[in-house]
Amino acid sequence: MVNYQDRLNRTFAALVDPTRRAILAQLERKESASISELAQPFSIKLPAVMKHLDVLDDAGLVTRSKSGRTVTVRLRPQPMREAVAWLRRYERFWSERLDGLAAYAESKEAEAQGKDR
Amino acid sequence: MTSLSVVRRIRARPAIVFDAITTAEGIAQWWGPDAGPVLLSESDPRVGGRYRLRFRMLDGTEHETSGEFLEIVRPERVLMSWRWKDGLEDPGESRVEITLRAVPEGTELTLTHAQLHDEETRLSHEQGWTGALGKLQAQFSTNGTAI
Repeated sequence: MVNYQDRLNRTFAALVDPTRRAILAQLERKESASISELAQPFSIKLPAVMKHLDVLDDAGLVTRSKSGRTVTVRLRPQPMREAVAWLRRYERFWSERLDGLAAYAESKEAEAQGKDR
Repeated sequence: MTSLSVVRRIRARPAIVFDAITTAEGIAQWWGPDAGPVLLSESDPRVGGRYRLRFRMLDGTEHETSGEFLEIVRPERVLMSWRWKDGLEDPGESRVEITLRAVPEGTELTLTHAQLHDEETRLSHEQGWTGALGKLQAQFSTNGTAI
């Protein structure tokens, strides 16, 4: 079983590349797409698109299914959710800490102003 | 680079906020109790000085973070390295920068936690995937996909 950290690494590594992000964005708009449809907006050859799809597939971000000669690609959002949750956890962590800081600093400020008077 | 920023306005003067952030006594006062108790708070707030903080979250898990003060300008700015002790959550060293700006009601604090997750940072070179992720996240949200 691939562990959580490995999965995150693969997701983030897959998202580094602008072409792969564009492929994901395309799949986000459509239900599914064939490889040639996905390749159409880019000035790159099919084999290059296939390689990008391999990376996305390894990261679990897409699934490919073959029917006859056509490969259908679909988005699989679960790894993205994990990545977003990971980022959000930090955001929540700091947001909560800063709530505590604000409450404490504000009480100290009130104290200091009381002394000034 | 992987980073996140949080901006917060606090109704207290920058010097009070600064001391709350950098002194061991200050940190121990506010880091909890929402996060559970602070079990250990050490701080030597000068360039090259170190801090260490151990706390228990409400879910019962204990965490320890420590690092070094890399830059410290009272009451405006502090830059510190940050490393989780067990490194399970986020292995490697990251940086926390806090800047304080005096505003009429008190202080505007900007916290930036950068170089998160070294593995990805190394892989991401010049491409900021955070922005891309944000966009994709927005797309998921508009489609009503629960995250």
